[in-house]
Amino acid sequence: MTQLGSFPGGLLLDGQKRRSTQTAIRTTPISKKLILPMQQHIGEAAQEVVSIGDKVLKGQKIAQANGHMSVCLHAPSSGTVTAIDKQPVPHPSGLSAPCITIETDGEDRWIKRQGVADYSQLSDHEIRQRIRDAGIVGLGGAGFPSFIKLNPGIHHVIDTLILNGAECEPYITCDDMIMRERAKGIIEGIIIMRYALRVTQCIIAIEDNKPEAIVAMESALEKYPETDTIKVVVIPTRYPTGSEKQLIEVITQKQVPKNGLPLDLGIVLHNVATAYAIGRAIIHGEPLISRIVTVTGTDVKHAGNCETLFGTPISELLNFCNTHRHKDVPFVMGGPMMGYNLTADDLPVIKTSNCILVGVDNTSHQSTAMPCIRCGDCAVACPASLLPQQLYWYSRAKDLDKTREYNLFDCIECGCCSYVCPSEIPLVDYFRFAKTEIMHKQQEHQKSDIARQRHENRQARLEHEKAEKERRHLQRKLALAATQSNKEKAATGNNVGENK
Amino acid sequence: MLSAILAITLLALIFGLILGFASVRFKVEGDPIVEQIDKLLPQTQCGQCSFAGCKPYAEAIAAGDVDINRCPPGGEATIQALANLLEVEVKPLDDECGVEKPKMLAVIDEDRCIGCTLCIQACPVDAILGAAKQMHTVIADECTGCELCLPPCPVDCIDMVTVTSSPTNWRWPNPTELTTQYKEQQ
Repeated sequence: MTQLGSFPGGLLLDGQKRRSTQTAIRTTPISKKLILPMQQHIGEAAQEVVSIGDKVLKGQKIAQANGHMSVCLHAPSSGTVTAIDKQPVPHPSGLSAPCITIETDGEDRWIKRQGVADYSQLSDHEIRQRIRDAGIVGLGGAGFPSFIKLNPGIHHVIDTLILNGAECEPYITCDDMIMRERAKGIIEGIIIMRYALRVTQCIIAIEDNKPEAIVAMESALEKYPETDTIKVVVIPTRYPTGSEKQLIEVITQKQVPKNGLPLDLGIVLHNVATAYAIGRAIIHGEPLISRIVTVTGTDVKHAGNCETLFGTPISELLNFCNTHRHKDVPFVMGGPMMGYNLTADDLPVIKTSNCILVGVDNTSHQSTAMPCIRCGDCAVACPASLLPQQLYWYSRAKDLDKTREYNLFDCIECGCCSYVCPSEIPLVDYFRFAKTEIMHKQQEHQKSDIARQRHENRQARLEHEKAEKERRHLQRKLALAATQSNKEKAATGNNVGENK
Repeated sequence: MLSAILAITLLALIFGLILGFASVRFKVEGDPIVEQIDKLLPQTQCGQCSFAGCKPYAEAIAAGDVDINRCPPGGEATIQALANLLEVEVKPLDDECGVEKPKMLAVIDEDRCIGCTLCIQACPVDAILGAAKQMHTVIADECTGCELCLPPCPVDCIDMVTVTSSPTNWRWPNPTELTTQYKEQQ
């Protein structure tokens, strides 16, 4: 086996994964009401193609991709569209965004599915188009449209496809369970991805704390004779190995260049659940309408993984898992390290909802942060080799130029620095704050540039109009003077005639 | 003695030629400091600084005629940036010009609009669309919130609204402010 690399920093965390891996993947019952945000991915929100009152079938397209960086959205079950309006969405802001609400009829009737049993009949372009039409985004949590990551373009040659099954964040087990139970489907998806990318080698990276998943994947691989280029690589358990750049460093011992992409190293990285979804979409013609969500935490009695339709209210999912939770007590969307708190009950499950965590073991009670003592523990823990302490000072002082100088945008917000901080400073919150401030400033700057341009254009136009007006005025004056002098001439001519 | 005078004259000639060439070849159009100041101003074109737009104000600052604290839309941040650029003291915003407030957006009540085109003529960035006796509307993306369209409107149909935040333009709150709020609550 090839030598594995390593990344700086990182943490050894208590996985807490056993609680949610005791039972097989269950299917969440179909909810009466499904709320589907138009934007569940990075990029432009989709554009609705249904109207209120329309009957929709399971898998029917209800919103169309809008622009390049966008994917379609489908009805997760059959029913009637009852509303297209703004609804609260699972987002750290707690704000509302445009959503399509479907009242399900319980029949769960599928639309006609058009799968292609032999993917090699399709060109790589057709495969990407189908993946986009199926609404597939990265299911690891970020929600980046997958078809873009399957299109290396003409300037890059891809030789390695890495499938991310690391799942390094504590509590989350949805990738673990899908690898245990649906290894065959994942491999079908990988073969299609391999074909679309024309790569020579595929690596399924799994942390060594998931022995069942490793065995399941390896035994599934044995059944495929053409899979000698696909192999499982077991990597040591360390947080945040599952982060794209860190995983690449572990597998290939190469660092993704600053401001660069894995593409620059000839690598593409996808989540294992995304591979499964791609297999379903191409072979079975099923769009992405559900995902596996881990529901876990100390307050969840029947913790586990649930295959849940998008749009299902989280409260129903929590009830299904017997959760003791008082209404409006915050829960975590995502893991304890990178997740964010949500309070509203009727928020829907979306494409990026990998885990719902209610109650964390041995939480430090939310105390106010103490002053930074410059111990430097955060810099040791940082997997991106940043200086969180410096970034903290500059973010706090709103010295945004300085934060950029200290490579704020290389921060992956993994939370290692906040975790080790003895003063319990919410470092990542500061970095997120500084990042959005910088982005806002840039937008303002662009807007003011446009405003300046528009103002200048207007001034130029006004001046031009004024000059034009003056010119016409002058012309008319001259014309008037000319006719007058002509008249006078004629008059004097007549006079001369008369005088004769 | 003569050779010394000759040498100096020759040198003077050569340098004169070089300088003359440089002044033609490397001529800088406009005043770069005005451009730099203009870049820092918010380009609202509101005229609250008593100049007819951001550029004239930038020119006046560059000429040293006015203070840097006359831009309410830019507020404290702009004053700070200008002070850094010009290496002068930071001053609080001049109340004569107005107060700093969050960015607003002009919205025309289309039922009340009579189509007089007065606001269209007043808008410094051509962000209002319409024609005589036709309903007008504001292009929200282009509106700078300068409020110059309000006074000319004969039927008072333009309202200033705050920009609503959505998950796409939302910003993470400042943790420092959050903790002070938390302390105040306790």
